[in-house]
This record gives sequence, C-alpha cells and structure tokens, in this order.
Amino acid sequence: MANEALPVAPAQGRPGEGQSRWSPSYNFQKRLFILPAVLLTLCLVAFPTVFGIYVSFTEWRLNAPDGRSFNGLDNFRTIANDGRFWNALRNNFAFVFVGVPLQYVIALGLALLLNQNIRGRKAFRVIFLLPFMLSPVAAGWMIGRSIFDARWGPIVNVLDDHFGIEWSFYADGNRAMFSLILLSSWYSIPFILVMLLAGLQAMPREIFEAARIDGADWWQTLRDMTWPLLLPVSLTAVVLRMVFEFKLIDIILVVTGGGPGNATETLTAYIYREGYQSLNVGYGTAMAQVFLLTIIFIVTIFVLTVGRRVRDVV
Amino acid sequence: MSDAVSQPGNTLTASQTGALSTSLTRTKFFAGRTATYVILLIWAFICLFPIYWTITTSFKSNIAVIQGPTYIPWVQFEPTDLGWNAVLQGSQGRVFNKNFQNSLVVALSASSIAIILGSMAGFGLSRFSYRFGPLRNRDISFWFLAQLIMPPVAIIMPILILYRELNLIDTRIGLILLYAVANLPIVIWIMRDQFNSVPPELEQASQIDGSTILGAFARIVVPVAAPGLVAAFILAVIFSWNEYFFAAILSRTDATTVPYMVAAQVSSQGVQWWAMAAIATAAITPLIVIGIFLERFIVQGLTAGAVK
Repeated sequence: MANEALPVAPAQGRPGEGQSRWSPSYNFQKRLFILPAVLLTLCLVAFPTVFGIYVSFTEWRLNAPDGRSFNGLDNFRTIANDGRFWNALRNNFAFVFVGVPLQYVIALGLALLLNQNIRGRKAFRVIFLLPFMLSPVAAGWMIGRSIFDARWGPIVNVLDDHFGIEWSFYADGNRAMFSLILLSSWYSIPFILVMLLAGLQAMPREIFEAARIDGADWWQTLRDMTWPLLLPVSLTAVVLRMVFEFKLIDIILVVTGGGPGNATETLTAYIYREGYQSLNVGYGTAMAQVFLLTIIFIVTIFVLTVGRRVRDVV
Repeated sequence: MSDAVSQPGNTLTASQTGALSTSLTRTKFFAGRTATYVILLIWAFICLFPIYWTITTSFKSNIAVIQGPTYIPWVQFEPTDLGWNAVLQGSQGRVFNKNFQNSLVVALSASSIAIILGSMAGFGLSRFSYRFGPLRNRDISFWFLAQLIMPPVAIIMPILILYRELNLIDTRIGLILLYAVANLPIVIWIMRDQFNSVPPELEQASQIDGSTILGAFARIVVPVAAPGLVAAFILAVIFSWNEYFFAAILSRTDATTVPYMVAAQVSSQGVQWWAMAAIATAAITPLIVIGIFLERFIVQGLTAGAVK
C-alpha cells in the first residue's frame, strides 16, 4: 500500500475549528463539502426508496388505465404464497452461500501462494486481476455462452474427446446453477484475492519468523496465525461479496435468462420481469422491498455472528 | 498443536543434523515450489483463456466456428475479418460507434462527478465534525457506505417514474447522474481514507494565510491526495463502463451503452459467434489495457480502508 497510515488528529477539537466556530462562513463552507453528495444521494436513492415503500402497498399496473390504488398488505400476502418468489430467493441463497465460500477458499489459496517470494509475482497479480476488469455482460457471453456451449464450446468437446465424459452445462436446473456459480466466481475471485493479498502483506514478518524458529509447520502457521490475523480483511471482503452476489443480475440475464424453466432465476431477475416486462409495478416493488430487507437481515446476522470474533470491524 | 508435533514428518525435519533430513527438506522445498508454480500457471490459464478464446473467435469464419473448437490461428483456422467488418461497417457500425461513444462519455462524466462530489464529502467527513440532528460523522459515513447494499432493482422503478417526469429517459445525462450516485459510496470511502493520511496542518497553514477552506482544499490537499483520486477515478470508470442493469431499463435507442449492445446482440444473433466475439473484444479491450497498466491504483482503491 502506498499510503502509510499517518497519525490523524481526532475529528473534534482541531485547531482552527474552535476559534472560528461562530463564523457563519466557516459553517457554510464546512457544509458545502458534503452537501452536494448528500443532495444527489437523497434525490436518486433516498427518495426512490421512500417512494418504493409507498408503491409496494399499492396495486399498480402500468398498462391498466385506472392508475394505482392502495391495497394494503395484499402484495405481501401474494408474496407469501408465490412459489416463484421463494424459488428465486432460494437461488439467491445458492449464489451467496455456495458461491461466496467457494470464491473465498480459492482466493485464499491463491493469495497464500502469491504471498511467497516467487518469480513473476507482478505478472501473476496483473493476470489474476483481469477477470474483475471485464464487464459481466461480456464475460457472460465469453464464458457462459461461448466456452460453455454444448456444441462448439471447447470444454464440452475436450471432455467428450479425451475423457469420454458427456457433459452439458445447462442440461438441467442444478447444472445450470452450478455453471452460473462458476462463472460468477471466475469474475469475483480477483476481488477477494486482492483484499486478502493486501491483508497478508500488511502482516508483520517477525511473528512468522518467530513461529518458524519455534518449529511450527506450514499448516500450524496458517491455522493459528495467518488465518486469524486475516479475519478482519476476510470479513470485509466476504460481506462485500455477499452483498454483490445478492445483487447479481447481468450474468443471469445474458447467459440463461433465468432458465431452464425458472431454475436459475434470482429475485432481481424475477422482479425485473414482473415490473418491467409484465408492468406489474406494485407487486414488483413489493418484492424488491422484501428482497432489500432480506439482504440487510442476512448481512447483519453474518456481521454480528462472525464479526463478534473480529474486533475492529466497520 | 501438540498432536501435530508428534507426527513422524516433524520429528524428522526437526533433527537438523544428518544429510538425509537436509536433502529431504530441500526436496520438499522444491516440490512445494513446483506445485506453487503449477497451480499459479493453471490459474493464470483460467484467467487468460476466455480472453484469448474471445479474441481468436472474433477472427473466425462461420465455418471455423461450427467445425468445433480451434485454438491456433493460421494452423487450425484461417483468420478472417468478417466478424469485425460486420460489427464496424454499415448500419451496425454506426450503432457500434454510437454505443461506444455513449459508454465513453457516460463513464468519464459520471466518474468525474463522483470524484468531485465524493472527494469533497470525503474531505469534509475526514476534517470537520458534522451534526445533523442526531447524526454525526460516523453515521453520515455509514449512511453513504450503506448505499452499496441497495439492490438496483429496489430503486429503479421510482427512478424510472422520476426520469419520465424529467424527460431523462434514454439520455446520457440520466445515466451519468445515476452512475455518479452509484459510485459515490466507494469514492467517498477511498477518499476519506486517503485524506485521513494527509496531515491537516497542510491546509491549516494556508487558511492562516487567508485562503478559504475550499481554496485550500483545491490547491493544496487535492494534489497531495492524487494517488487516491486516481484510484477512485479508475474504479468509478470501470464500474460505469461495465454497468448493464440501469442502462437496460433507462435507455432505448439514443443513450444505449456497450454492455447494452452486448446483451442485445446475445439475444438477437445468438449463433453469429464471430460478430459477438468482436463486440465482446471491443467491450473488454479498454478495460484490459487499464487493468494491465494501472493495476497498482486499482488494488489501492479496492483495498482502501480494508487493511489497517
């Protein structure tokens, strides 16, 4: 990391603040710094959120002539009995709870390997970052549609010609989910890898030296020192990945479109269809609210249970 | 721990004398090294192959594609520029140019706005203490960061209605504003971290000389914080360039971006791999160049505040 942590004075009681506290221009300038960002966020995130909460209690079809009408909790009752909603939520959970651990394990392994004194380290780091650069839509076609293709794709053909395995990436729902999880992992492993590598490099060398002299082998060092020390960074990386994995949409739309059937449809994909293709805005927005609450709930639970073991978390 | 020490392998390496154990450690070391390189090379292959595959496919003809997978140009297939011609010429070419320009303008403008607003907010949160009712700096920072959790699908409907009222549907301005907001949390996060590492004495000295805070910020603090600015800007450009969901809903014909075009082409000409591959190559090339030459800044941005 380039920026060394310089000692920072506490935010309050800085010289300069006390003496000009009563100057209106000082307070005005102070506010001027965060006001534009606050206003823009209020307009384009906070206001839509509040309006969305209102819309979720209405019956509103954009193609119906009578506009929207308040219908209380009807939308939420429909959600409770909507099998397609729960199927989509289950798929979201599969992406988060199968995908993210898989990504974490691979990223951790690669980070440990890269954190050694090896040749070509810089080149490896650049290459390993590349998947994260690509737009998910493009990566979705490149891998999901082209390389995973059942007729002309390289993997299916190599497996068939050299190993006699007949494999098809989208033959059934489970395989399609598996393929999408692989694809989303390919794209997101670099993110976790970069975080973990930074964490590893920030660790003091001396303690590892001491552990080696004490006769700790590789596995003991990893289990009792490296991994616990990496926990704060790991938690940050995993929480961010969980949030983004919940929001995953572009890959699914491009590669399977939610199919076969609704086997790979996530909530974002379902809401997208319901709200913007079927124009059933009220119901779509209601599902989006439940979705948002679910994400907040899961992430909070995760941070509280896992984060308890880690001291200084955000 | 104690059970692991009693394993035979350990007792052997622990006895430091004797040629046997020395050569064994050395063998182990080289075996480990070889395994490391093998795994790293395999992963490098996994990262690079899709890119290589896409670029080579963009030079294949229809027949070369349906003959099954081929990998080496001139040996296994004869490269043609059919795919690139289809994409870059005629009406398709005009669409391509328009989308490419839109992506460029939207990504650069949105990132610039995000950087200006975000670094100001980051500076404010790092230097001053705010009080909005019960909210203090910590709460405001968290509020900004919490926007990250927002699924786009939860706010897109109201935004669609808002944009319809303001005539912002299918305009670059509409996308620019939205992408700027979407990038604000990460920019504020990176810049606050960056400003925390700039000593406040710098701008205080200039304030004594009679400069306004904003002036001191622009002339003295921003240049010092340049590495963070570059990192935040690059990340914002990458995310804006790649964004698909908002573009899919808010643009129709005029403000369509490269990801929009990629997704549209996937559904409309699923089999025409050579053209698809050419579009995908065009979409990813700018980012690959950025990734190769500016890796340091990207890593700095991604890890800002994560490692203390």
